[in-house]
Amino acid sequence: MQDQEVIREFLVESYENLSRLDQEIVELEKHPKDTVLLGSIFRTFHTIKGTCGFLAFNTLERVTHQAETLLSQLRDGERELRPALVSLILETVDATRKVLASVEATGEEGSEQFGDLTARLRAAAQAKDQFEAAAPVAVEPPHGNGSAEASEKKPEEDAAKSSAVADSNIRVGVGLLDKLMDLVGELVLTRNQILQYNNDREDAALNATSQRLNLITSELQEGVMKTRMQPIGMVWNKLPRVVRDMAVALGKQIRLEMDGAETELDRTIIEAIKDPLVHLVRNSCDHGIETPEARVRAGKPAEGRLTLRAFHEGGQVNIEIGDDGKGIDVARVKQKAVDKGLVRQDQLDRLSDREILNLVFLPGFSTAETITNVSGRGVGMDVVKSHIEKIGGVVDLFSRPGEGATVKIKIPLTLAIIPGLVITSGNQRSKPRFGAGTGERFVIPQVSLVELIRLENQVANSQIERIHGTPVYRRRGSLLPIAYLNDILDLVPSRESTVVNIVVLQAEDRQFGLVVDGINDTQEIVVKPLGKQLKGIDVYAGATIMGDGRVALILDVLGVGQRSGVLSESREQARSSTEQKSQAGSEQQRLLLFRAGSFERLAVPLSLVARLEEFPQSAIEHAGGGQVVQYRQRILPLVSLRAVLEPGGSAGGELADPVQVIVFNDGDRSLGVMVDQILDVAEETVTIRQKTNRAGMLGSGVVGKQVADFLDLNYVIRAASADWFQANGSQPSAGKRILVAESSAFSRGLIRSGLDMEGYHVLEAANLEEVIRGLEQHAVDVVVTALDLPPDGSAAVLDAIRRRPEWRGIPVLALADSPEQVAEQVNHRAGQQVEFQDCQVKFDRGAMLESVARLASALDLAETHSDELVGAGDRS
Amino acid sequence: MSAQFATFFVADLFFGVEVLRVQEVLRFQQMTRVPRAPDVIEGLINLRGQIVTAVDMRRRLGLPAREGDQTPMNMVVRTDEGAVSLLVDEIGDVLDVEETVYERPPDNLDPAARELIRGVYKLKDRLLLVLDAERTVDLAVGKVA
Repeated sequence: MQDQEVIREFLVESYENLSRLDQEIVELEKHPKDTVLLGSIFRTFHTIKGTCGFLAFNTLERVTHQAETLLSQLRDGERELRPALVSLILETVDATRKVLASVEATGEEGSEQFGDLTARLRAAAQAKDQFEAAAPVAVEPPHGNGSAEASEKKPEEDAAKSSAVADSNIRVGVGLLDKLMDLVGELVLTRNQILQYNNDREDAALNATSQRLNLITSELQEGVMKTRMQPIGMVWNKLPRVVRDMAVALGKQIRLEMDGAETELDRTIIEAIKDPLVHLVRNSCDHGIETPEARVRAGKPAEGRLTLRAFHEGGQVNIEIGDDGKGIDVARVKQKAVDKGLVRQDQLDRLSDREILNLVFLPGFSTAETITNVSGRGVGMDVVKSHIEKIGGVVDLFSRPGEGATVKIKIPLTLAIIPGLVITSGNQRSKPRFGAGTGERFVIPQVSLVELIRLENQVANSQIERIHGTPVYRRRGSLLPIAYLNDILDLVPSRESTVVNIVVLQAEDRQFGLVVDGINDTQEIVVKPLGKQLKGIDVYAGATIMGDGRVALILDVLGVGQRSGVLSESREQARSSTEQKSQAGSEQQRLLLFRAGSFERLAVPLSLVARLEEFPQSAIEHAGGGQVVQYRQRILPLVSLRAVLEPGGSAGGELADPVQVIVFNDGDRSLGVMVDQILDVAEETVTIRQKTNRAGMLGSGVVGKQVADFLDLNYVIRAASADWFQANGSQPSAGKRILVAESSAFSRGLIRSGLDMEGYHVLEAANLEEVIRGLEQHAVDVVVTALDLPPDGSAAVLDAIRRRPEWRGIPVLALADSPEQVAEQVNHRAGQQVEFQDCQVKFDRGAMLESVARLASALDLAETHSDELVGAGDRS
Repeated sequence: MSAQFATFFVADLFFGVEVLRVQEVLRFQQMTRVPRAPDVIEGLINLRGQIVTAVDMRRRLGLPAREGDQTPMNMVVRTDEGAVSLLVDEIGDVLDVEETVYERPPDNLDPAARELIRGVYKLKDRLLLVLDAERTVDLAVGKVA
């Protein structure tokens, strides 16, 4: 197959050269001294001779070699050009043509040896001076000696026949082809515009014309695409050599089998897969196929087999690189992945074998134990994957231990013009005057499209259910993660609708549903790149021009999936971004800002504040050694914050009248804290935190671009009324150890301070890893964890705890940000296998403390009746 | 030495770019918004089959938004990254200016603008600011964190 390709190229090139030779030789007769011409003729013979030697066309090689010798003498001025010599050279040209014709027809040189011509050429070259004499004889034979070959009599006819290949092939610059493709792209877009224009009109003539235009454009597009198609064999040609060299270098025996080398691909894609292919083949030779001894020991033939397959399937090209080597050792992949810190052990346990195999595509992974100079530098597979994905392809790895491994690649036929699904989503929010007002159009490449789902009626929205806030849809019994395009792109839904359109997309080996506002139709689109200013936005693959002449953005399905978090494939990335999100989420606090004494800016979470009040100085009374005020038919104890924070400091004069008071509630008791001035309520992401050692402060942070000190409410309360907490009970669980898992240092401090007050020993953990470490190092009685604990939420904490028998009995209290989240948790409990013992709102201190106390004492019970352990889960 | 500048207005500022850089000037075009794009990107326009990014000069220079129904003009300039459309308030004349009235921009200029202004021509009745087109379309330049 590949030989034929080479021979074809040789024929095309040689015919071109020969027709030029005819002209040049005739020209040479007129200007015998023209060394440039002579040089050119010489080179032509030289080239043909060289190629013939390579392709083992011995006869032609012999003939052209003699002509070359003769020409070199002429070129070097060793002799003069005579007409007889010219004839001899022309005769050689004819002979060459004849051989080429035979090669073209049969693949062989033919039986004729041209012994006579060769002899005369040799004689002419040797006998420089006597040649003139021999000339008449020399010129005669081709015509007189006609009996030798009948066909030799009609050289013209011969030439006409032999030029079949030359005439049907022309060389065209790649640049021209690319330009043609661009133009066809433009034509396709213009066609789309005309078709749309036609659809809006009822003009029979226009209709007929545009239909014709449609057909012709499609045909032209197909035709031009074909001009750019090249067989994949072009890339495979160099692989036998690669395999051979590798086999020799590694002391292995490898046979390369290639199937489907004629499979055609767009040349841009051929370019793109060249390097990945070579890399994969090297990988198979190096890591896949064993040494002959090892193979024999395993009961396999000593010679390893490497198979390349290529075939078209469903508008895509499949390429498979397989070997019958030892396969990929899943256990070793696991080990490596953990060693290199690419995944954590607990993550591995949740992966299927196939997912584990695909870990080798992670950056920085290399399974080779020793780094050889042939492969295994650890930069390979991830680069292969990214190269393939860049051209819209997919890579998959299959392995059977002991039987070999196969890499399957699926790539599109072409990149320039692709079918796409046009959808609309969102509304023009910020700039209504610029848009059409109906929503933005986007194009989704058809290649990623799996199916369309339309949910109607009132039940439409309720059919999308939520797990821990994550939307999913039950599709034929299995859960499909759902993402909303409007959320991803920050768009406002175009209207409240009872219809939900789900576009099911395939990205990598996962599927997810993308909810869009409307589904229009499919179109052939021309992918155009975005400007540099927009390159960084991963949700777009490019842009195209629609039928109405406006620009529409093409969605990058992979980017969309990753951004929305429905694809967990690039786990590292996804995790770090959710980590940031949850971090940000928990730090996003509504804070009450106020002033007291020398503290210009104090803050407490608004969730702790019951209400804000103002009392006239005159209403404040003294009772029981403290200040109180009558408030809602009760007596509210008051404490001056200034006095608590700066005891003895008399500074600042009197409090204002009326006095501003922050009321804190705990159960049925309240405390009023008098402050100088209430400043503001800020909803803020606390950016900088700094622990302070100052009594009464949790730390400081930047709130609204200014530094604020976070008040330790417990300190204030303790200072105000020593019996505040004692009434709560007799410290039922003193001495118990509580582990508080919360990513935000601020929230953790708040939770901790409450527990500290109750006499618990408190351990802190900022993430799952620290939780596990804490549990390993200490005997913990109760775990208190935030629902959004990084990296994977509180469910992972539960998983980790329930997996270890010695931890299984530890009750877990989950803390949610809002009562809604608590309700959600309670609702979901019924169906879950593992569950929290309790769930409370994060800043509802009373409920939290009560729950901890109950769980801690429940543990006491459980310890005595260990078989009732499970029952503890049903509590609350 | 004199140079030719195509001039335009952005708010009360009078700008010029080398006339050879200007590909064309268009009135306001329908635009496709790019969600999640940087704020200065107004959208994409179809310029005879070529997709061109439009950069709003008011926002690029940190100026207040155009008022009410005032539609901007497109000044399409050629850059190393291809054609980019600058959305400006109004298009002015092409001016011949003398090198002798040229000066570096003053140091106390607003940083958002200083990065993009290469120099100032002191014309008789007003100042002509020379816009650095390459830096203007490179959104990494002059980015205020």
